[in-house]
Amino acid sequence: MFSAIDWVLRNLADVFSYALTALIRWILMLLNINTSLLESEHYKGAANFFFYDTMKIFLMLIVIIFIVSIIRSFFPPERTKKLLGEGKAQGFIGNILAALLGIVTPFCSCSAVPVFIGFVESGIPLGITFSFLISSPMVNEVALVMLWGLFGWKIALLYIATGVTVAIIAGILIGKLHMEKYVEDYVYNIKMGEAEIEKLTWKQRVIDAWQYVLEILKKIWLYVIIGIAIGGIMHGWAPAGMLAKYAGKNNPFAVFIAVLIGVPLYSNAAGTIPIVSELTRMGMPMGTALAFMMSVTALSLPEMILLRRVLKPKLLGVFIGIMSITIIIIGYLFNIVLA
Amino acid sequence: MVIKILGSGCPNCKRLEQLAQEAAKEIGVNAAFEKVQDIQKIMSYGVMSTPALVIDEKVKVYGRVPSKDVIKKYIEEEI
Repeated sequence: MFSAIDWVLRNLADVFSYALTALIRWILMLLNINTSLLESEHYKGAANFFFYDTMKIFLMLIVIIFIVSIIRSFFPPERTKKLLGEGKAQGFIGNILAALLGIVTPFCSCSAVPVFIGFVESGIPLGITFSFLISSPMVNEVALVMLWGLFGWKIALLYIATGVTVAIIAGILIGKLHMEKYVEDYVYNIKMGEAEIEKLTWKQRVIDAWQYVLEILKKIWLYVIIGIAIGGIMHGWAPAGMLAKYAGKNNPFAVFIAVLIGVPLYSNAAGTIPIVSELTRMGMPMGTALAFMMSVTALSLPEMILLRRVLKPKLLGVFIGIMSITIIIIGYLFNIVLA
Repeated sequence: MVIKILGSGCPNCKRLEQLAQEAAKEIGVNAAFEKVQDIQKIMSYGVMSTPALVIDEKVKVYGRVPSKDVIKKYIEEEI
């Protein structure tokens, strides 16, 4: 079935890029501008890449976000808290469980603070709370679609597995440092009530999931198009392998610099991944690319500002430090392993 | 009747409040609306995912914005 959809998409992309080219040629001729650019292989490659990838990504966004939202409707944070709380999650197993639950629990940075407080209040150890807080935004549905659509399912799976691993390791490290006193004091004074976990009908789950799909699309559609457009231009004009000399395996600082650039690019996983996909074609090694994408999704400035409300500066600094170092190590590791 | 919207000013909180106001108006019930933005108060209802709708101190829904018809049902339950 996938190959049939793919065939339709490829042909549609051909038709669209042909129509667009005709339109541009007509405008250029009206303006008396030379149209030879439109005959070049560079242009054809770029236009086709753009239409094919845009249609494919939007189709995948709709289908996959819908499915993910249905699954997530079974795991509200209130239930996840119950699964981990009251001393049930301890030690190493707790970190693994929290990181895995982070994948299926819906998360938005606006609920990072209440989730943190809720977890701490119900006695979930700090390190396990962090395992959840790290994996939840990092393994998100948009990044999953973009990776699957542009890099293939193997890299998408690798990203998820790596994200969960980073969450487990960072959570264990933070737990070992015993930093409970660097949580803002008022957090320990909050008494949480008990809300019933809603029983949703299938109809409600479907309506909610569809609403969520529209909400996400509204938020990211422009970034996706811009990202793929830039990717398309690179695809048409930049030769494969041209980056290998600068950002390749022989540059020891590449991963480090990639992570440094990735941190402020938050919420643009949608826009950055198409460009990264082209960068890898141009010779950026996969480990560097993965490290870059993880720093985009896992370390975001707005979330850090929110977390500052519950974490004292020292713990926030330790959190950022451990995350950056773990991501950088993983980047180098993959550059060696995947070589 | 007191209708509280729990949430710290996210776009969904505003949508929920608007829908709830329309629902109350259409039913013709006299409701006082209150925005609860303080995190400690929100948590005291046992809610971590916002926005949440609280009618006469009962948590009706959280973490999502229900349709107006569903909100009407929630309001009618408490009349």
